[in-house]
Amino acid sequence: MSTDTETKPKTPWGRIASDGFWNNNVVFAQSLALCPLLAVTGTATNGLGMGLATTVVMIAAGLLVAMIRGQVTPEVRIPIFILVIAVLVTLVDLGMNAWLHDLHKVLGLFIPLIVTNCAILGRAESFASRNPVLPSAFDGLMMGVGFTFVLVVLGGLREIIGSGTLFANASLLLGDGMSFLEVTIIPEYRGFLLAILPPGGFIALGFMLAAKRLIDARIAEVKRRSAESGGEALA
Amino acid sequence: MSHASVPSYRQRIGYQAGLLGGSTLLAAALLVMGDMATRDTIELRKAEDLKASLSQVIPPAMHDNDLLAHPLTLENADGAPVTVYRALDGLQVKAVAYRIVGIGYAGEIESIMGIGADGKILGVRVLAHAETPGLGDKIEVAKDDWILDFDGLSLGEPPAERWAVKKDGGDFDQFSGATVTPRAVVGSIRRGLEFFQSHREALTTPAQITTTDPDAPVRSQP
Repeated sequence: MSTDTETKPKTPWGRIASDGFWNNNVVFAQSLALCPLLAVTGTATNGLGMGLATTVVMIAAGLLVAMIRGQVTPEVRIPIFILVIAVLVTLVDLGMNAWLHDLHKVLGLFIPLIVTNCAILGRAESFASRNPVLPSAFDGLMMGVGFTFVLVVLGGLREIIGSGTLFANASLLLGDGMSFLEVTIIPEYRGFLLAILPPGGFIALGFMLAAKRLIDARIAEVKRRSAESGGEALA
Repeated sequence: MSHASVPSYRQRIGYQAGLLGGSTLLAAALLVMGDMATRDTIELRKAEDLKASLSQVIPPAMHDNDLLAHPLTLENADGAPVTVYRALDGLQVKAVAYRIVGIGYAGEIESIMGIGADGKILGVRVLAHAETPGLGDKIEVAKDDWILDFDGLSLGEPPAERWAVKKDGGDFDQFSGATVTPRAVVGSIRRGLEFFQSHREALTTPAQITTTDPDAPVRSQP
């Protein structure tokens, strides 16, 4: 990975990556973007599509905001950031409608809602407006990947429990070559309505948040132990 | 960004206004470019969608024309325009198809309906709805065969007053846990049939096609 020559302090690429994906995850840590999260994650494919679209917007928003941050005065920065994000989302919406039309039919309602995804404005404000172009784009990428990860896992959980399939209609999103992803986990499944409806989304998200806490606690425990044993070895 | 290094002109109100105005102009230009780049493709996709749903309610063997070419526009009972797509064999109208709308449990249920020239339903398909998944969505052909029960029926068969769900004293099944949705669909189909009856003349007279428009799709000759 190349280092940015512009910045005197070395860019913490690893920390940006781990923050975006896990430690400061849009959903797990910042609790943002819950509206699109719960609305589209009826299936893993929908989650993946929404996640990819959001990631594209986040990368481009990070790039553009970091590029213009020198010219934009603090007084008018928020309207300009919103303008940048709104233009990007509209372009993604048009592009998907033209070239990924079948997926657009499924996600169409939610794409314009990316504008209202406070996570994007949040990253523009708290990261891209204070950092050079490349780290900002990378931050957008990792935040988007983290968001996509949560969307796909939550969508997959709800899809398996709710309809007994996984990645149904994935070929609409990824082309016919990826149709092997479409798996029927439970054949002749009668379906479990709650998981597909919004309450099921809340319940599944609750379990995921709890799981994240458990994993974090376990990691902290392991770190503490290794630090202790390291200390004993020194003594 | 420390304020000390900001040049003084940037703190003027004119710079801020110019910045906002300039960005808005730039954004508008980008959007126009994006629109121009995608408009034709989106139109094409929408036409493909419409054609795909039309072919579900009018058997392709029945006609030899492009269904999207030369649609009729008539007014329904409420005075709203209805676009009617005609299936022609030669110039003879074999069937017509148009959109029908009913108000369901969660907003509009939009369907497309094909009717033969004899007034019998060829097929009905729901195009868009927001009904409850698992309960109301049995109106989709992908989920249930319910919508296929309408094939071959007409306004006399069953009689007009029996065009309702069983709960309302009609002939059609509702779903367990969902009455509003099928009631809306049955009602929209009945209104669609009534529309056909009141415009039968205009709908079934042989088509008169003037090919003065060079951009119009060419009719394939029988």
